[in-house]
Amino acid sequence: MTPVTRRRSPEELLLQVEAEEARDTRGRLKVFLGYASGVGKSFRMIDEGRRRAERGQDVVVGAVQFPVPQDLEAVRQKIEVIPLRTANGVSVIDVPAILKRHPGVCLVDGLAWDNPPGSPNAARWQDVRQLLEAGITVIASVNIQFIAELQTQVERITGKHVTQTVPQSFLFGADEIVVVDAPPEMCMDHSGRDSGQNLAGDTSRLARQLSELREIALLFAADVVDHQLEAYLKHNGIAGSFGTQERIMVCITPRTSAKAMIESGKRNADRFHGELFVAHVKQGNLSDADRAALDRNLELARQAGARIEILEGDDPIEAILEFAHERGVTQLFVGHGLESNWWHRWTGGPVGRLIRGAQGIDVRVFPQ
Amino acid sequence: MTPQGAGKLKIYLGYAAGVGKTYQMLADAQELKRQGHDIVIGYFEPHGRADTIAKTEGMEFVPRRNVEYRGAFFEEMDTDEILVRHPEICVVDEFPHTNVPGSTRTKRWEDVMALLEAGIDVLTTMNIQHLESLNDQVWQISGVRVRETIPDWVVKQADQVVMVDVTPGALVNRLLRGVVYAPEKSQKALENFFQESTLGALRELAMRQTAHESESHHAEPQHVELNQPESRPVETPAASSAQPFYPTGRLERILILVTSDPSSAMVIRRAKRVADYLHADCMAVAIQRPTGGNRAPSEEREAIERHLNFARNLHIDSRLLDAEAAGDDPAKALVEFARVNGVTQLFLARPQGKGLLGMLRSNIEQRIVWLSRDMQVTIVADRTRG
Repeated sequence: MTPVTRRRSPEELLLQVEAEEARDTRGRLKVFLGYASGVGKSFRMIDEGRRRAERGQDVVVGAVQFPVPQDLEAVRQKIEVIPLRTANGVSVIDVPAILKRHPGVCLVDGLAWDNPPGSPNAARWQDVRQLLEAGITVIASVNIQFIAELQTQVERITGKHVTQTVPQSFLFGADEIVVVDAPPEMCMDHSGRDSGQNLAGDTSRLARQLSELREIALLFAADVVDHQLEAYLKHNGIAGSFGTQERIMVCITPRTSAKAMIESGKRNADRFHGELFVAHVKQGNLSDADRAALDRNLELARQAGARIEILEGDDPIEAILEFAHERGVTQLFVGHGLESNWWHRWTGGPVGRLIRGAQGIDVRVFPQ
Repeated sequence: MTPQGAGKLKIYLGYAAGVGKTYQMLADAQELKRQGHDIVIGYFEPHGRADTIAKTEGMEFVPRRNVEYRGAFFEEMDTDEILVRHPEICVVDEFPHTNVPGSTRTKRWEDVMALLEAGIDVLTTMNIQHLESLNDQVWQISGVRVRETIPDWVVKQADQVVMVDVTPGALVNRLLRGVVYAPEKSQKALENFFQESTLGALRELAMRQTAHESESHHAEPQHVELNQPESRPVETPAASSAQPFYPTGRLERILILVTSDPSSAMVIRRAKRVADYLHADCMAVAIQRPTGGNRAPSEEREAIERHLNFARNLHIDSRLLDAEAAGDDPAKALVEFARVNGVTQLFLARPQGKGLLGMLRSNIEQRIVWLSRDMQVTIVADRTRG
């Protein structure tokens, strides 16, 4: 499984931080993320609404999925409901009514729903964006199966194509995201009968599908958290990384036996659900043979789905270390120098220097 | 997963006190009771939280046992009594707890193992920072060296690991409202574990770990053939999504070099974590430094034995290479051991110390790396704070 997000460059982060500052007047978005019907997303959402209402916040319900379980119905009675409108037989949020009422907090279930053609906003998540822009805080719930960028993965698992989706970027922009987790067995009754999911098949296959969806949801949430953490660190001028996500950087030259290194890097990145970088430090005056060898190695990196980085710098070791520290690399893969007896020349050899400079990073030396 | 006939283990995993692990566990326990299951509370830590205490209403408790230690009395879970009562399901709070000296078992997780072996299902709670293999990383993130850890293989026994999530913001609010701890304790907590960035990092680790545990229940291990002969031409086939990028084949095998240096613990944890994720074999060896007629100092031998035991507790096949057999060249003996055992990766500590002294101290490691140029060698980072 490929990671659903990439670590951003400092420039991108700066833009993000600026965007966050500009957002002070906006409402806050909190999303409960689940992997299937029945994990309890709606329950958590409404429960949070209830607790906020009890603490004196002005909470309304903009949309909840029906039917609402009985114990929730009682809770819902205590919160003001702005009824859904029906347009072309489809239930839509009454955006004008909510804007007019202008509550502090609005609860919105089923973020991925499409509005009927001709609506001011094509989809419900855009309605929510409008509420946020008006300064209303929104607490929403969404099923991981309806995130646009995850469609290929989800379809491979469920065999079902979903047309109504929420873009990933909308969720990455959320102020808070909470993963609602439960064992797959708990969702099986639901998913079996829920026409929206249609996770057909025998029980063990269904359990497996749910388990895979669950994993996607957890990793997606972890990526969002990683993203937020990174923005927080940048925002507060804190250098470094927590190493919570494995990031593997494979350093190649024309002479490295890149295949084994990239294979191993790919396998590590896959197993840890981490990120894979393949880096090469630009060298002048490459021979034709070296140039061709390098291109072959870079092609391998491309096939592995690695992020390819061509670094520049007079001192290759410096360039590698700078990049590795800046991007929070946790494992650095390098080739054993062919000619240099590096370990004996501990203070001077390039790999030795790399190891000494790689504070907080594992260094794996590969045979050449 | 637990063997046939044994009870099933369910872990509620969180990332800090106050996320709601115990609350969620008790809510599920109430539901199980309502469904007619025979369920008891074996151990519950109320922490003075009214909401959570309310969730124990109507539940059967197996009374705690008083254990005397140095003139004071401590309350521990009464595992023997639970075994006699033999419920279908038992609720056991605080999985990583260490029992007071004098108890039958050192750790609560050992008590839980006894319940599982007797065929009792167990619901329990823990935070991610108590997972052994993350100990150094947690230290790096939070500045706190967690002493009560649970070996990863114990967590792997679980049939289910469920993540209990709240946002760090909500958690800090709970803390400030005095829901989690008493005020003085809250203030202290806010200064270390409860910094927002620390909470975020721990939370991310918990999510990734839960995903990993979930995956290990449904994924078949993939193996990759490493170290392909150089003579084999570099393949650049047209990208085909049907073919896996890497071929399947030989299993990877990791060998950890254990020394008397304290950094050995760090290397063992990291190597084991990598091995678990890669589905690789993991073994550890220590070699006595060259004797030259003199026995190694006893502190050194004791430290090595301690580190080997630590590795054994993590279920790593660990042994001491016979110093006599190693002759004058223990490094060579080690590398030969690695070759004979089909090792693909060696894990070593970062050479400690600087300058000439450091170089002398890491003499054996230097030689090992020099001799094992046909293997991958990982020099494990010092995951220190800062």
